[in-house]
Amino acid sequence: MSSATERYYLPHNSYWPILGSIGLCALFVGFARLLTGANIGSTLMIFGGLIMVLMLVGWFGTVIRESQSGSYNQQVGRSYRWGMCWFIFSEVMFFGAFFAALFYARVLSVPWLGGEDSGISTHLYLWPDFIAAWPLLQLPDPSQFSAAKAPMEAAGIPALNTLILLSSAATVTWAHWGLKAERRRQLIVGLILTVSLGLLFLTLQAYEYRHAFTELNLGIGSGIYGTTFIMLTGFHGLHVTVGAIMLMVVLGRSLAGHFTPLGHFAFEASAWYWHFVDVVWLLLFTFVYWL
Amino acid sequence: MTESVHAHADEKPPGLWRWVVTTNHKDIGTLYLLFALLMFFIGGSMSMVIRTELFQPGLQFTDPLFFNQMTTMHALVMIFGAVMPAFVGLANWQIPLMIGAPDMAFPRMNNWSFWILPFAFSMLLSTLFMPGGAPAGGWTMYPPLVLMTGDAFPYLIFSIHLMGLSSLMGAINIIVTILNMRTPEMNLMKMPLFVWTWLVTAFLLIAAMPVLAGVVTMLLTDRYFGSSFFNAAGGGDPVMFQHIFWFFGHPEVYIMILPAFGVVSTIIPTFARKPLFGYASMVYATASIAFLSFIVWAHHMFTVGMPLAAELFFMYSTMLIAVPTGVKIFNWVSTMWRGSMTFETPMLWAISFVVLFTIGGFSGLMLAITPADFQYQDTYFVVAHFHYVLVTGSVFGIFGAVYYWLPKWTGNMYNERLGKIHFWCSIVFSNLLYFPQHFLGLAGMPRRVPDYAIQFTDWNQVSSIGGIGFGLTQLIFVYIVFQAIRSGSKAPARVWDGAIGLEWSVPSPAPYHTFQEPPKLTEGELQREGI
Repeated sequence: MSSATERYYLPHNSYWPILGSIGLCALFVGFARLLTGANIGSTLMIFGGLIMVLMLVGWFGTVIRESQSGSYNQQVGRSYRWGMCWFIFSEVMFFGAFFAALFYARVLSVPWLGGEDSGISTHLYLWPDFIAAWPLLQLPDPSQFSAAKAPMEAAGIPALNTLILLSSAATVTWAHWGLKAERRRQLIVGLILTVSLGLLFLTLQAYEYRHAFTELNLGIGSGIYGTTFIMLTGFHGLHVTVGAIMLMVVLGRSLAGHFTPLGHFAFEASAWYWHFVDVVWLLLFTFVYWL
Repeated sequence: MTESVHAHADEKPPGLWRWVVTTNHKDIGTLYLLFALLMFFIGGSMSMVIRTELFQPGLQFTDPLFFNQMTTMHALVMIFGAVMPAFVGLANWQIPLMIGAPDMAFPRMNNWSFWILPFAFSMLLSTLFMPGGAPAGGWTMYPPLVLMTGDAFPYLIFSIHLMGLSSLMGAINIIVTILNMRTPEMNLMKMPLFVWTWLVTAFLLIAAMPVLAGVVTMLLTDRYFGSSFFNAAGGGDPVMFQHIFWFFGHPEVYIMILPAFGVVSTIIPTFARKPLFGYASMVYATASIAFLSFIVWAHHMFTVGMPLAAELFFMYSTMLIAVPTGVKIFNWVSTMWRGSMTFETPMLWAISFVVLFTIGGFSGLMLAITPADFQYQDTYFVVAHFHYVLVTGSVFGIFGAVYYWLPKWTGNMYNERLGKIHFWCSIVFSNLLYFPQHFLGLAGMPRRVPDYAIQFTDWNQVSSIGGIGFGLTQLIFVYIVFQAIRSGSKAPARVWDGAIGLEWSVPSPAPYHTFQEPPKLTEGELQREGI
């Protein structure tokens, strides 16, 4: 990446974007058909998904080849770094929407339904038996949704998962030190540890979901507590998965010797992303599980 | 994949493929602008249906459901299909030229940002032919009404996801281009104001679009997966949707106006032959508006039921926006003060922007006053207000920009006489169209209705005549643009004699590749500074 190229690298004529558009469109139209009960929905989704995978592998592959051939100068590297920062900022705002929903429910809508402040007439008129509490184990209208039997405890798996993700943040930093000091073994071992901790986190999360669904009756349909729990932890889990895939690619590229102490944008971007999902988890642990 | 390693390579695939695979900012800018023009006419034809139906009380041409589909789709198409892509198209063409960059920072992603849009709008427009029709619950998609949409519902949600993705990638590309691709001498406070406004706009897009994606995802799960975000029976609240939606929605309206501020700040100094008055204050005003845009969202929902403290907070924060906006208006007027003014078509659009946007701004102030809003809400007064800021504001800004830079893009002068005819017809008809809507609203006519009480007939007829006239006038614009592409007198490099900026240092039409080496700043650029 830190080659002597003077000019900003400009690619020409790429087929990947249009392929990506076709893939995305097939994926979404397929999903919409599935949801509306039309035919070939799932087939179209699989087709679109495969095109997306092909596009991502091809596009990133092209970028990696260009990077390895020394086409990129430092200015290109700065563009990529800025781009990743703004992308992560957009992700922060995406999670912000769901945290906003959580706080709105906890601080405003559930207390109002319980008769607090101006909600008193709604409470008396609609559901006078409802008592506001968080976690929400009794619902305003139990005939429409079935409430969770018990809240998800913060102690146990969630606490362990916090420890696991925090440790993985440490190991990825340790790997970064290894990369910068050209200690290849430390880089590889650090990345393997990070990916393993990430996968362990996901496994435990899957186990916890099973526990929630089968024993606690805690799911997306068990009122706003279950809704925010599943949507927040679900999107977080999805992001951990993406982060783990990124780190695996980085591990593969580290084994192939792609990175130099000065040029390793892919490593940095993945590490930033990993720290981002880590911070989101800390907020989740605090406000979804603990408090 | 045919991706040449040589930065010079200039091979264009033959025919239409060139436009599908291009990574050139000028090509992509053209694609965005033509797409926006197409959507402008599709959305415009929907408004023709609305105005035709409203020519007389009673139901003439449409049934109420179809009428509601038209209002909903008109808004979605105009906002996400016409105004936003038009500004991104202007950014694509102009930002690299104005900051001396060889292209956008991420040329391939630039292509993807555009090429998602035709798919997204095919999905959205296809809902017109679905069982249950297109979405008809209003573009704001309030639950529970929107959850009653027919088969169109998931297509609405996913098309918005796609548009959001496109805007997000476009915004990241623009912000990185501005931050990292400027020619070395150009520090932030020497940037042209159009670039500044786009920097701020891109920030707003990156902050707001993911929130929209999140909130429509919540609608999807509420409808299909049993979540209860907006269902009080499960502890949620339909009003929560409105809060999250407008947290996106208010920055969105500045996303659609800030680049127009940039355009006007570019055009007025050129034709007044004076540097922009108060450059630094313009920059700070833009940033202040962007900041305030995040803390005023609930003024869209004063009547929904909120604690009194919230009503007051959102009233005062909203009125505060008039301060930085006023700074801008006064700066434009001061720029013209004692200037050697001439009135070519771009200048006419810019001046009319200052006047008519200010009218929209004043009606906005009226709406900001909570107790007054209790009267105005959901009436045609609101419709008049946002069409003044969006049509005679944003759209006139876009027209001004197109006339200003068209000679640079095509190498040919447009027909000045026809341009002036387009301008004057637009001015007369748009005011005929929107100004009476103030009276209708104050008299109590609700928005989004296909039928109305008989006493509203006169002003509705005036408004409809204005609407049809304004729509037909735009055909002149299409003719002017295509005439300038095909023929016309050759334009010099510096098309306007008062113009400063790097874009005028390259020939007209701008070569396919420009500024392969970072350019030196022109004298005018060097003089621009923020104090």
